[in-house]
Amino acid sequence: MKKLESNFINMVLALSGIALFAAIILTSVYSLTRNSIDKLQNQKLKEAIQAVLPEHDHFDSIPVEMNNGVETTKVYKAYDKNNVLVGAAVESSSNNGYKGHIDIIVGFNKKGVIINYSVLDQHETPGLGAKMVDWFKTEHGRQDIRGKNASTANLNISKDGGEIDAITAATISSRAFLFAVRNAYFEFKSSITEPETEPIINADTMHLKQNDTITTVNKIEMKGQHP
Amino acid sequence: MKDSAFKVFLNGLIKENPIFVLILGMCPTLATTTSAINGMSMGLATLFVLFGSNVAVSLVKNFIPDKVRIPAYVVVIATFVSVAEMLIHAYFPVIYDSLGIFIPLIVVNCIVLGRAEAFAAKNTVFRSALDGLGMGLGFTFALTLLGTVRELLGTGKVFGYVLFPEHYGALIFVLAPGAFIVLGYLIAIMNKLRKKRLS
Repeated sequence: MKKLESNFINMVLALSGIALFAAIILTSVYSLTRNSIDKLQNQKLKEAIQAVLPEHDHFDSIPVEMNNGVETTKVYKAYDKNNVLVGAAVESSSNNGYKGHIDIIVGFNKKGVIINYSVLDQHETPGLGAKMVDWFKTEHGRQDIRGKNASTANLNISKDGGEIDAITAATISSRAFLFAVRNAYFEFKSSITEPETEPIINADTMHLKQNDTITTVNKIEMKGQHP
Repeated sequence: MKDSAFKVFLNGLIKENPIFVLILGMCPTLATTTSAINGMSMGLATLFVLFGSNVAVSLVKNFIPDKVRIPAYVVVIATFVSVAEMLIHAYFPVIYDSLGIFIPLIVVNCIVLGRAEAFAAKNTVFRSALDGLGMGLGFTFALTLLGTVRELLGTGKVFGYVLFPEHYGALIFVLAPGAFIVLGYLIAIMNKLRKKRLS
């Protein structure tokens, strides 16, 4: 078969035909994979939240969003059976990683003690900064941030006068990570003291919660799997 | 002068290996081979795109006027890359996380357009498919080898299995300079081997 001649009509027809065909393929693959992608991302986030929270009965599936003008930090509050706040998982980030954006989720109990953390997204150097995924929850020297009370502990690397050991040869990544942790605590703190989003909860003010229907709607029933 | 089908297949794998002989597509090669598994997944993603675009281009080659063939090929390749990206995102999230931006960048990998233009546009569907497969496997082989060597020297692991403790590794091999060093040595070794076979 001979090649089509390069005249105007042939060129327009050939290119539009190919583009149309490509569009059909792309839309069908998109609709085929969309659900699965969304589900995976939701599941990943949910698992991360579960893993970092203190013992709880259920948590808000829709987070309180705290905006400091630059970034949005999401606070997922967790409650026990009597709807008393036990802590929160805070999704926080830093743009000062060695290779840009770092997205982490940190769990606090209501006193501000760090329960656990999980790194959601990072592009740090493999073998160096990428070690942050486990580094700060490994019991070795002074590198473990779990169990530290974020309101009193100095969450900086030792080089900056703090009490946390940085990842060996990855000072920048460690600084960015700890910045995100401190930011998470700051937003957690302001989210539980801000009166219009949530009254300060303790055993004495429990009755305040009874008319609180809006937050109840947003709760997913999820049994805490953690000891 | 036409090579047999088998020769077409082997061509990409050894004689014209895209990495060791043609030295094409260096960007993903150097950037994604920090570990064996990363190199292999990048190679396989490129294999899928190469195979798909080679077949598609040789199927439609007679309907495309010469003057618009490059934009037409680019649309075909970009479609396959987007499909690959969505499939990896949906079904292999771990690989998607580690390869990140390099999956969409397959579209500018010059092997893909190079093979479409140099081979698929002039050959039958069957031979183009074989060429895509051979080139893709050659690319995958090279990337896996590069990733394995870098992972071993850098961290003491191969495919995640620990061979020696991590602190004996030379981290430079995981970083960008190590990629150049390892690639240089691998190309030298491959050249030596090929010369030996020829003489």
